[in-house]
Amino acid sequence: MRNKSSYILLISMALLSAFNGFAQEAQAAEMADTMRSNGKIYVVIAVILTILAGLILYLVRLDRKISKLEKGES
Amino acid sequence: MNRQWWKILCVILLVYTVVLGLLGPVPALRQLQETIRNLYFHVCMWFGMMILFTISVIQSIKYLRSLDLNHDIRAKEYASTGILLGLLGYVTGAIWASYTWADPNNPAYASFGSIVREPKLIGAAMALLIYFAYFVLRSSITDIDKKARVSAVYNIFAYAMLFPSIWIIPRLLPSLHPGREGNPALNFNDIDARMRMVFYPAVIGWTLLGVWITSLKIRLSLLKEKKWLNA
Repeated sequence: MRNKSSYILLISMALLSAFNGFAQEAQAAEMADTMRSNGKIYVVIAVILTILAGLILYLVRLDRKISKLEKGES
Repeated sequence: MNRQWWKILCVILLVYTVVLGLLGPVPALRQLQETIRNLYFHVCMWFGMMILFTISVIQSIKYLRSLDLNHDIRAKEYASTGILLGLLGYVTGAIWASYTWADPNNPAYASFGSIVREPKLIGAAMALLIYFAYFVLRSSITDIDKKARVSAVYNIFAYAMLFPSIWIIPRLLPSLHPGREGNPALNFNDIDARMRMVFYPAVIGWTLLGVWITSLKIRLSLLKEKKWLNA
């Protein structure tokens, strides 16, 4: 598959942010962990990266659908 | 070699842009403060638009030289993605300006009045309207070859109009928008070295995203064209 590597990249990105969330719950008393430091800017980064990942996944899916159509046509 | 490598590069550069764009060090300026980070997003939209319009006009010239309709489809799709980036640049610029240019001592409508009088904003709106007219023109001609030829010639005119409307006139008039004295963000002396490390990859990343979207649209219209010709 041509786009396999980009898929893997995105999925690993999503998993990484999920693990970050688990780590947060484990040390609930500690309020100054990564996601809550620096004016919570990391939360903004997580949100933007999620949106970006969603948009790019959408593009990858479109790309594949069109590739399939092209194969069916010729 | 994988032909799709540039799509992966695009994703990597955009992730780099978002992470370093929000976390990286920036110079502390009194008026802009943290909003200077918009350089990686707002300004990149305009750079991307300019690059996509350039590709579009090259495709139009190629069409006029060869009369091959494939080039016409490419020119159309690059122009439409360019407009999308231009609109995003316009809207983000409006948001940015309303928080950095607006005078808190004036009532809101007075600040608004001075913002809409900005030559750079008027020029950008003109440039985008000229490109909207490209699509109006395209959809008003039914004959395929005539449509392709007339709109290719118009596309060259529209591209030529970009230069006075967004590069020349705004620099002749007083404006709040930065960059009257040269090329903002491109000049090695006025952009902070730390920001340059994020800005250039950001331009490449956003432009590649535009090219990716366009390539999908081109393939889709080629498929449609084929279906239409076979039917």
